[in-house]
Amino acid sequence: MAEQTTLEIVSPTRLLLSEKVDLAEIPAAEGYIGVLAGHAPMIVTLQGGLIRVHQGGSVTRELYVGGGFAEIAPDRCTVLADEAIPADELSPETARARIAEAEKAYEEAAGTREGEVMERAMARLVAARAMAAAASRR
Amino acid sequence: MPSLKALRTRINSVRSTRKITQAMKMVAASKLKRAQSQAEQARPYAERMERMLGALAASVAGSPIAPPMLVGTGKDEVHLLVVVSADRGLCGGFNAAVSRFARNRIRALMEQGRTVKILAVGRKGRDYLRREFRKQIVGSIDFVGRKQIGFEDAVEIAGQVTAMLQDRQFDVCTLIYNRFKNVITQVPSEQRLIPASIEGTPAQTADGPRASYEYEPGEEEILAELLPRNLAIQIYRALLESAAGEQGARMTAMDNATRNAGDMIARLTLNYNRQRQANITKELIEIISGAEAI
Repeated sequence: MAEQTTLEIVSPTRLLLSEKVDLAEIPAAEGYIGVLAGHAPMIVTLQGGLIRVHQGGSVTRELYVGGGFAEIAPDRCTVLADEAIPADELSPETARARIAEAEKAYEEAAGTREGEVMERAMARLVAARAMAAAASRR
Repeated sequence: MPSLKALRTRINSVRSTRKITQAMKMVAASKLKRAQSQAEQARPYAERMERMLGALAASVAGSPIAPPMLVGTGKDEVHLLVVVSADRGLCGGFNAAVSRFARNRIRALMEQGRTVKILAVGRKGRDYLRREFRKQIVGSIDFVGRKQIGFEDAVEIAGQVTAMLQDRQFDVCTLIYNRFKNVITQVPSEQRLIPASIEGTPAQTADGPRASYEYEPGEEEILAELLPRNLAIQIYRALLESAAGEQGARMTAMDNATRNAGDMIARLTLNYNRQRQANITKELIEIISGAEAI
C-alpha cells in the first residue's frame, strides 16, 4: 500500500478522529480537495460538507463538517471544524430545521444588500443543504 | 452556662449544616470531573489552532494588511478587560481572588492614565467590580441557571469583543480569569487577547520553513475568519478553566466546612454531656443533703 497521511478532525468540543488514512476528501471553500500523503502544504477554509475517509480503495467513514479550516502538510492533515458530526449520527429533522433557518436568514440578508452579510448567509445555507443531503442518503 | 435544651438545639442545627456542606462537596466533586474532562476535550482544537495561526501570523507579520485583531490598533490608550468569575458563591476565595486581581489591575491602569472598560462575565465578579467601577463596566454576561457552558457562549462573548474592536472602542483587550492549576489551587491570571499574543513566531523570512504554505483563498480571507475563531477558542478555554476551578474551589471549601462542623459537634457534645453530668450530681447532692437534714 502507498504511504498514508495522518488525518485529524477536531471540533471545539472534542477530538473526533485521528488516524492514518489513504485519502481524505475535504470540502474546501473553493471545491473539494483530495489529500494524499505528500500533498503540498496548504491552509484552506472549509465550506459545509462531508469529509470522506478512504481506506484501501473504499470510503470507510464520512463526517459532516459545518465550516472551519484545514491545515495540510505532507505527512498530516488537520481539520479544525466549527462543528463536526459523524454522518451516521445526522438526522434529517435537524437538517430540515437548519435549512429553514438558513433560508430565513438568507432572505433577511438579501434585504440588507450587503455583500458580506449575504455571503455568510449563503454559506450557512450551503452547509445546511449539505447536511440534509448527507442525512437523507443513509 | 447554656441550658441543656439550648445545647441540644445547637447540636442539631450544626448537624444539619454538616449534612448540607457534605452534599455540596459531593456535588462539586462530580461537577468538577465533568468540567475537567470538558476542558481536556477542548485542548486539541486550541493547540492546533495555535499552530495554524502561528504559521499564518508569521507570513503576514509586518505587512500592512495585518488586521487589527492580530496587531492591535497601534495605540495603548483604551483597555478592555474581560473578567471571568463564577455565578455562584460558597466556593471559598475563588471569586474574591479573581475580582481582587482585576481590581488591582484596573487601578494600576488608571493610574497610568489609561481608560479602562470592563466586560464582566459571571455574576459574582460583576457585583464586586460594580461597587468600585460602576462607570467602567460596559457589559456583563452571566450563565445563571445554565448547566454547562457551551462553545456558543464563548462565540457570543467573542462576538461582542469583535464588534467593539470594529467600532474602535478599545486598543488592547485582556482576559482575566482563574487558571486551573490543580483541584486545590486556582491562580488568577491574565492573558492578552488583542493584539494576539502568539508564541513562537519570530519574524520569519520568506524562505523560512513555515512560509511555504499555500493559501486558499488568500491569507487575508483566512485570517479574517481564523482570528475571531481564535478569540472564541481562547475565551472558551478560559471559561472552561474557570468553571473547573470554581468546582474545585467549592469542593475544597465545603470539605473544610464539613470538617469544621464535625469539630464543632464534638465540642458541643462534650459540653452537653458535662452539663448533664453536672445536673445529675447537683440533684444527688440535693437529695442526700435533704435526707441528712431529717
